[in-house]
Amino acid sequence: MATILTINGEQKSFDAPPEMPLLWVLRDILGMTGTKFGCGIAQCGACTVHIDGKAVRSCVLPVSAVRDRAVTTIEAVGNSPAGAKVQKAWLDLEVIQCGYCQSGQIMAAAALLAATPNPDDSDIDAAMAGNICRCGTYVRIREAIKQAASGRQS
Amino acid sequence: MLTAEKLRQRNSADGVSRRVLLTGGLATGFLLAFHLPLRAASYAMNEPVQPPDVTAGKFAPNAFIRIDEAGNTTLIMPQVEMGQGTYTSISMVLAEELDADWTKVALLHAPPNDKLYGNPTFGLQVTGNSNSIRAWWKPLRTAGATARAMLVQAAAAEWQVDPASCTTSKGEVAHAGSGRKLGYGVLALAAQGQTPPKDVLLKDPKDFVYIGQSLKRLDTPEKVNGKAVYGIDALLPDMKFATVAACPVFGGKVGKVDDTAAKKVPGVRKIVVLDDMVAVIGDHMWAAKKGLEALKIEWDEGPNAKIGSKEIWQHLRAASEKDGAVAKSVGDIAKGLATGDKFEASFEMPFLAHASMEPINATVHIKPDSCEVWTGTQIVSRVQSEAAKAAGLPVEKVIVNNHLLGGGFGRKLEPDMVVAAVRIAKQVDYPVKVVWTREEDIQHDVYRPVYRDTVTATLVDGKVAAWKYKVAGSAVLARWLPPAFQKGIDIDAVDAAVDAPYDIPNFHVEYVRAEPPAVPTGFWRGVGPNNNVFAVECAMDELARKAGKDPVEFRRAMLASKPRALAVLNSAAEKANWGQPLPPRVGRGVCLQPSFETFIATVVEAEIDEMGEVRLRRVVSVVDTGIAVNPDTVKAQLEGGLIFGLTAALYGEITIDKGRVQQSNFHDYRMLRIDQMPKIEVHVVKSGEPPGGIGETGVNAGPPALRNAILAATGVALRRMPIDRSLIAVGKKA
Repeated sequence: MATILTINGEQKSFDAPPEMPLLWVLRDILGMTGTKFGCGIAQCGACTVHIDGKAVRSCVLPVSAVRDRAVTTIEAVGNSPAGAKVQKAWLDLEVIQCGYCQSGQIMAAAALLAATPNPDDSDIDAAMAGNICRCGTYVRIREAIKQAASGRQS
Repeated sequence: MLTAEKLRQRNSADGVSRRVLLTGGLATGFLLAFHLPLRAASYAMNEPVQPPDVTAGKFAPNAFIRIDEAGNTTLIMPQVEMGQGTYTSISMVLAEELDADWTKVALLHAPPNDKLYGNPTFGLQVTGNSNSIRAWWKPLRTAGATARAMLVQAAAAEWQVDPASCTTSKGEVAHAGSGRKLGYGVLALAAQGQTPPKDVLLKDPKDFVYIGQSLKRLDTPEKVNGKAVYGIDALLPDMKFATVAACPVFGGKVGKVDDTAAKKVPGVRKIVVLDDMVAVIGDHMWAAKKGLEALKIEWDEGPNAKIGSKEIWQHLRAASEKDGAVAKSVGDIAKGLATGDKFEASFEMPFLAHASMEPINATVHIKPDSCEVWTGTQIVSRVQSEAAKAAGLPVEKVIVNNHLLGGGFGRKLEPDMVVAAVRIAKQVDYPVKVVWTREEDIQHDVYRPVYRDTVTATLVDGKVAAWKYKVAGSAVLARWLPPAFQKGIDIDAVDAAVDAPYDIPNFHVEYVRAEPPAVPTGFWRGVGPNNNVFAVECAMDELARKAGKDPVEFRRAMLASKPRALAVLNSAAEKANWGQPLPPRVGRGVCLQPSFETFIATVVEAEIDEMGEVRLRRVVSVVDTGIAVNPDTVKAQLEGGLIFGLTAALYGEITIDKGRVQQSNFHDYRMLRIDQMPKIEVHVVKSGEPPGGIGETGVNAGPPALRNAILAATGVALRRMPIDRSLIAVGKKA
């Protein structure tokens, strides 16, 4: 039976087992590869997407739990004001190195700013500590979130 | 399902064949400063050439530069981008001497071709050794300058003027006398007909317009919106997805496989049983994973099932008692050690996994007479030849499409994931993407070797009078690049021991090759200098204490012949407020190193709580890397490298039980996270010296600087990594 999801504002219809994590639906069925596989056990945050605006780890989220809820991925996060600010700050401060974890970092940061427009360091710690960056871009991530929040230019 | 239209959209950015074209408005790898003549001939080169890019209708003066008639400038990247920023820095070096219009620059991954794109240090396509800029500095400047000269010749011929009266800037040739200008695009075809000059003049560094500027990276705009394509993102019509289980015991084989239940998992297409691993192919990764879980596999574990960490360390400690091959000897070490105040200590470093955020993967399509590979690798030509062997095809029948790497750190200096994917893909006629789970990735790595470095030294008048340094550990080079392993010495394993910066009259370095039982070893970001810088700098702090001197003061007194090292040390001490009072159980630790031809001094400030938990308070690094092609990239590499090294110091250890790795994912192979990181202050020294390596030096600096901070805070001299909290809790002694 076809499953229908609203992803980035578009209805997508596909066949998938109900327990299949959203991550693999996005990547392997829909060909939306911006969302990354990192650990498969919600330990690294590379697979972070928004479900109704909240940051969620798609690698452990069964597709059956998503029905009737809005999915946003890295491909469309720039359409929201918070997402666009985060993307710009990321480029202004040259946060990114290999970039593999950054889809998840940007999704987590955009969700943070949408909920908490002026986060302090402890807000940033709480929202971002679930996202591992092996290249070690943490210092710049913190700065970029603050810049995105203040609208300040580099 | 994936439609052809979706794939076209997705792959449309790939431009030339299927290699990724990065358009934009616009340091790392591994290994030592190879001083050996490894060039060409010493190792099999890939003679057969994968068809390079299309050059018809373009100015294509060499392997690196293409300018079309619209002036679009495509630069072909001989080194791979794995986060270190090399695509931007290499482009800046080419664009500088070409006087290219930076806004018209686009990039292509190089195809496998050692002749055109072999790293000048190795003669092979290798991204590692922190040497992308070091190795290519002269060749790429020459390539850019030669192309520029041909464009000038073409314009001068058109105008019938002396080429010497023409100037270039931002993709245009100008004639000062007449005010005429021609763009490189207009000149492209005429330039193609020019004879390249033999001796081309390179710019005086004072005239650089791009080099030395923190230009925006070319690879990052597509990394903020999900468009960047890594190896794991390869998508092909009709492709299927596979995941693997290798024998958990190193060297073990597959015994019996019962696939009754696995075959019933919806979406499972095929079960592939190889001699050492089993793969399940499905309609998507989830089906493959569920299928693999449903398999009943009996392993033939083999002799390594008896090996554990205890045996491995016994083996290494015994080996480290032997005499080694002498890598360097100055003065009279026997005489030197006979007098003065004696010190001896051994420093031990654990196995480490790479844990790149992009798990290892490869996509392969085998046809009757060809093989095509999609992956992200640090060794694209070796991947091509190894894939050919595994496929049973001549190498010219193998196409390798390289991609951006989601971290490399040395793991992708190995071709094993591609070879495995080829063996699996041989069983089917459709393309198959093989993705390792994080658990398989961590448990089937090639690990940073265990090392034991022993320092025997004497103090006379508060200075080190004799220094005997012995490294015991795996010779990764002997396996990876056999011609580089000469006279029993792994030049990587002793690299930063031989180059220790201190003036010591009797100085002696030895190496004992000790391959750990069962466990495969490989290059890991920071490579040999990781063990050397750690042991040298830990020993220096202990010797300073023994001499009753401040650690910075003690080092300063032995740096008369190393002005660059002395300068960064002084600067770091000043910027880090060295010597100023700190609260109880807070300490500052210093590390000085000259690794990868870059001088770095680092001060870490840390607090150790009563339970022995470590909190980082501040990190300051001063770096003299010679000419910094892109200073912001240098800073970024230092920030990231320090975190990579500090992560290892705080958490990194792979342990072995019954021949298998005990860690499996990020819950038990931990990483530093953002809430644990203080500000990192990196200061880049302005310098006119040739560029040094930058991708790995920060990794070397983190562990010794932190360990020395712990020594200052607690008085406990740790001699093993990672940090053992039980030894530094209140009231404990090492």
